[in-house]
Amino acid sequence: MKPILMLAVSTVALAMGAGAAYADCGIEAGSVRILSNDFAALRAINAAAQECASGTVTVTANATAEHKNLQVPALSINPAEYSVAVVANNSIVPLLNDDLIRPLDDLIAQYGQALLPSQLVKIDGKTMAIAFMGNGQHLFYRKDILEKAGVEPPKSYDDILAAAQKIKDAGLMEHPLGASVKPGWDLAAEFVNHYLGTGAEFFAPGSAELAIDNDQGRKALEVMRAMTAYMDPDYLTFDANELAKEYEAGNIALMVEWGSLGGSILDADGAAEGVAENTVLTAAPTIAGGTIPAAALWWDGFTIAKNISDQDAAASFQAMIHGISPQMMKANEQTATWLIEGYQPGPAAVGVVANANGGARPYPMQPYMGLLHTALSAELAEFIAGSEDAEQALADVKAAYDTAARDAGFLK
Amino acid sequence: MMSEPLTHKRPIALSLIIYAFIILWMILAAMPFFWTVWGSFKVEADFFSRDSWWNAIFGTNTIRQTGEAFTGAGYYGAWVLRDFWRAAGNTIIVTLCVTIISLTLGTLGGYALARSGRNYAFWILIAALVFRAMPHITLVSGYLLPFFQLNIWGVLPTSIIVLVAINQPFTLWMLHSFFLSIPKDLDESAMVDGCTRFQAFRMVIIPVMWPGVVTTGLFSFLLGYNDFAVTAMLLSAENQTMVPKISSFLGSIQETGNVMYAVAAVVSATVPLFILVLFFQRQIVSGLTAGAVKG
Amino acid sequence: MPNKTFFAFILPSLIAMVLFIALPIVSVVVQSLYVAHERVMVEVENCQPFGGCTKELRVDTAATTQLQREQPLGRFNGLGTYFNRAHLATNELGAILSSERGFGEKVALIFNLPFYKALIFTLVYCFVVTPLAMVLGFAIALAVNALPKVTKGPIIFFSLLPMIITPLVGSLILYWMLSPNGILGATIQHIFNDPTLSLRASPPLTWIALLVYGVWTNAPFSFVVFYAGLQTVPGDTLESAMIDGASRWERIRYVIIPHLAPLATFVALVQLMDNFRVFEPIVGFSADANATSLSWLIYNDLSGDAQQFGSAGATSVLTIIGVVILLLPVLIRTWREFKHKAV
Repeated sequence: MKPILMLAVSTVALAMGAGAAYADCGIEAGSVRILSNDFAALRAINAAAQECASGTVTVTANATAEHKNLQVPALSINPAEYSVAVVANNSIVPLLNDDLIRPLDDLIAQYGQALLPSQLVKIDGKTMAIAFMGNGQHLFYRKDILEKAGVEPPKSYDDILAAAQKIKDAGLMEHPLGASVKPGWDLAAEFVNHYLGTGAEFFAPGSAELAIDNDQGRKALEVMRAMTAYMDPDYLTFDANELAKEYEAGNIALMVEWGSLGGSILDADGAAEGVAENTVLTAAPTIAGGTIPAAALWWDGFTIAKNISDQDAAASFQAMIHGISPQMMKANEQTATWLIEGYQPGPAAVGVVANANGGARPYPMQPYMGLLHTALSAELAEFIAGSEDAEQALADVKAAYDTAARDAGFLK
Repeated sequence: MMSEPLTHKRPIALSLIIYAFIILWMILAAMPFFWTVWGSFKVEADFFSRDSWWNAIFGTNTIRQTGEAFTGAGYYGAWVLRDFWRAAGNTIIVTLCVTIISLTLGTLGGYALARSGRNYAFWILIAALVFRAMPHITLVSGYLLPFFQLNIWGVLPTSIIVLVAINQPFTLWMLHSFFLSIPKDLDESAMVDGCTRFQAFRMVIIPVMWPGVVTTGLFSFLLGYNDFAVTAMLLSAENQTMVPKISSFLGSIQETGNVMYAVAAVVSATVPLFILVLFFQRQIVSGLTAGAVKG
Repeated sequence: MPNKTFFAFILPSLIAMVLFIALPIVSVVVQSLYVAHERVMVEVENCQPFGGCTKELRVDTAATTQLQREQPLGRFNGLGTYFNRAHLATNELGAILSSERGFGEKVALIFNLPFYKALIFTLVYCFVVTPLAMVLGFAIALAVNALPKVTKGPIIFFSLLPMIITPLVGSLILYWMLSPNGILGATIQHIFNDPTLSLRASPPLTWIALLVYGVWTNAPFSFVVFYAGLQTVPGDTLESAMIDGASRWERIRYVIIPHLAPLATFVALVQLMDNFRVFEPIVGFSADANATSLSWLIYNDLSGDAQQFGSAGATSVLTIIGVVILLLPVLIRTWREFKHKAV
C-alpha cells in the first residue's frame, strides 16, 4: 500500500504546487512533451503551456539550442520522444521530408477557433504548423549621424552605399556600415536576403536544379562586397550578436540586423550615449532596382508529432494553444513580434512589420533549401573575405550544392 | 628521487633562469584567468570594451551603469535568473562518476595490457587508438536514434557511460604507459610468493600506482568537466551540465547574449577547483610525487 | 599473463569501447558507402504566414518511404562519397592538375576545394603545435621539479589553468584580449607601431593566433605527464651519473630523456591526434573565414539546416585514416617496444 499512498500524496502535492499557475486548458488527460529552441519568447510559451499540467496531464519542455539536431531522431521513434516540436521556416523542412508531423486541420476545427488564418502554415492544403511569431533582418540607422552628414533615410542598398560614402567623407565615422557576414550560417542568410530582394528564384521551376548563377546572383554578391568596403576590417568575425554590440558601442551608423535583437538595442542599457534614442528601425533596403525589402521573413511555429497517440496529440495541441494564448502574448508583448490576435507592435517590432508590409518574401521552404544554405555558408567565405571573384564563388556554391543534393537524392 | 638532494648544488645563474622562466610561464598561464576573474565583476561594456581595455581596469561604464566600480550582476544573472546552480550540480555528478568509473576500468585494463606480451594486447592498444581518432560529434549524432529508441536519452547515467567509453582509449593508453614504468619484478615476485594475479595487483601494484592514477584521473576529470559535444546533445535541458549551459548564455539571432553571465559562470566554476587544489595540494603533489618507484 | 586473467582484467573496458565506439564506427563506415534514395517529388501548393501561397516541390513521403522500406540503407554508392568534390575531389583535382595553368594558380585552385583547404590548416596546426607544446611542457616540468616543495602546489594548479578554463569561453576571452581594443591586441599594435593591425582581419595573423593558442592549451598536458614521469626517475642512476661526472645537461640528455621516452611517445600520440581534430579554437576565434579543419567540415555537415550524415561519415573515416598515417612512425616504435618487452 505504501508506494501507492506516496504516489497519491505526491500527485496531490504536485497539483497543489501548480495550483497558483493552474489554468483550465480543457484537457482531460495526456502527455505533452515540448522540444524547442532556447530563447526568451519560447521559454515564455513553454511556461504558459506548462500551466496546463494537472493530475492527469503532464507537460514537460526541453528548450535547447540543439533542437535542430534532436528533432528528427526524437520524432522518428514510436511513440515519439516529443509530442510538440517548435520549428521555424528552415527547421520544419527535415520533419516534412521524413513525414514526422501530422496535419492539424481536425484539431484546429475542434480546439483552434481563436487562431488567425494567417497563422496557418499549409502544405498541399493541409495545415502542418501553427505560426505564432515572426522575425527577420531589417535596417537600423542612426538619425543623428544621417542628419549631420546631410543624407535622407536610405531606401535601397544604393542609397546606403552613397550615405556611407558621405558619412565617411564628412569624417563622422570611418566604418559606418554593418551586416552580419561572418562565414557560416550568418553569411548564407545574408546572401539569401539579398537574392530574395532581387525577386529571382533559387531553383529552376519544378526541379531541385540550382538557378542562382544569373545576373541577380551576381548583383547580390556585388552589393555584399561593396558594403564590406565601409565595414570594420574585422567584419569577418561579426555575427548578429557581435554586430548588435558594435552598433550599441556607437561604431556603426547603418546596419541590417535581426528584428529580435531590436529590443535590447533600443533600451539604453549598455549602449554608448546617444545611440539608443537616435536609432530608427525600418524595413530592409531594396536591391537592384527592386521594390521589396531585401530580407527573408521568418516565422516560428509549433508542429505536432505523427508517432504519438491521438489523445496525446489533442492534449499537446490544446496545451500549445494555451501556450500561445493572447494572455501569454499580453504578458510578454515586447519579447517578440507576435502573429497572435490582438498584438500591437511595440517600437522594437516596427522593422519586421515594415518588412512584411513592404512585401518581403518568406525564407524558402523547399526540401533542398537547407543543403543550399550549408553550401553558401562555407563557399562564400573567400568571396566575402575578398580573395575570390563572384563567378568563382557562384561556381563553388553550385558545385558544393550539386554534390550534396545528389547524395541526398534530390538531383540525379 | 632526484629533486631534493640536487637542488642544493645548483649554480645561482641556473636558479635565476629557472625562476625567470617559471614566472614568465605563470604570467602566460594564469594572467588570462585573473583577467577574467577581475572582469567578471564589471559590466560587459567594460570587460568587452570596444573603446579601450583601460575601461576593464577602471570600470568606467560599470560606475556609470551601477554606481559602483564592481558589480555582481553577472553572478546574480547566471546563478539566480538562469539557474546555473542546477547545471553546476549536474556537472559535479557527471564529473565525479566519469572519473571514478574511468579510473576503475582503466587501471584494470591498463595493467593487463602492460603485463601481457601477447600480440592481441598490442592490437587492442592500436584499436583503442583508432577508436580515439573518431571525432566525437560524429559518434554522438549516431547515438541519438538508438538512445531515443531505448528511452535512455536525456538522463545523466547515459552521458556518464558514454563519456567513460569515449575516454577509455585515452585512460588505457595513459595507464598502460605508467604501468610499463613499474618494474615487472615487483608483482611477479609477489606471485612467486603465492599471490594470484589480482592479489599481486592489489597488494603490490596499487600502493605504487598513484602518480599515474592521479594524473590520469586529472584528465578524466577535465574531460567530464569541459565536455561539450556529448553533454549538449545527449542531455535534456534540466539535466544539462555547465558547458552547454554557459554556451546558452552567449546569445543567438533570437536573443542578445549575456556574455557576462557566461564569464561569471566560468569564474564561479573554476574558483571551487582552485580552492580544492589549494586545500588538497599536499595530496595531489604527493600523489604525483610520493608513489615514485624506488629502484 | 594467461588469456583468462588478461580478459578478466580488460573486459569491462573492452565492452564499453565496443558498444560505444566500435559499433558506431562500423555503422558510420557502412553509412558512408550509401547515399539517400532518389526522392519522389510532387508539386503542391504551400501557404506561409507571409507571402501567401506558391506552387513548390515537396517530397512525396509515401512513395519515398516505400523505397526506404525496400532498401533501408539507401542506394549503394561504394566509395563515391569519398571521391566527390566535398572530400578527396579526384575529378576536380585531375582537371586542375592536367590544365594549362601556372603552378601558383593550380595551388590556389586546389586550396579552393573544401577538403584540401581544411587539410592544410589541420596539418600545419598539428605539426607546429605538437612539438612546441611538448618542448614547452618538458621545460616547465624540469623547472617546476627544481622548485622548493611549498611552491609546487599552486604552480602546478596555475600551470593547468589553460586546460581547465572551458575552451568555449577561454578562447572567447583570449580572442577579446587579442582584439584591437583588447589588452594584448592594443599592446601588439603599440609594439609594432601600427594602429591598423588587427589579428582578426589578416589570415596569417589569425593562423599565428590559433597556433599560439594551441601551444598555450596543449603545454599543460605535456607538463603534467612529464612532471609525473620525472618523479619516477630512479635516484641511484642519477647519483651514479653524477659520480661519473656527468654535467646537468648530460644527466638530462642521457638519463632523464631516455627514461621519459615511453611517456613522450604517449604524449606525442595523444597530442598529434587531438591536434588533428582541432575544432574549438576555430569557432572560439571566429576564424572560419581564414582557417577550417577536418573536424570543422564534419561540424558544418552535421549542424546545418539539412544534416548530411553520409558526407560527415566519410570525412570522419578520412580523419581516422589521416590519424593512422600520422601515427604510423609512433605505432611502429610502440610495436618494437612491445616486442622488446615481450622477450
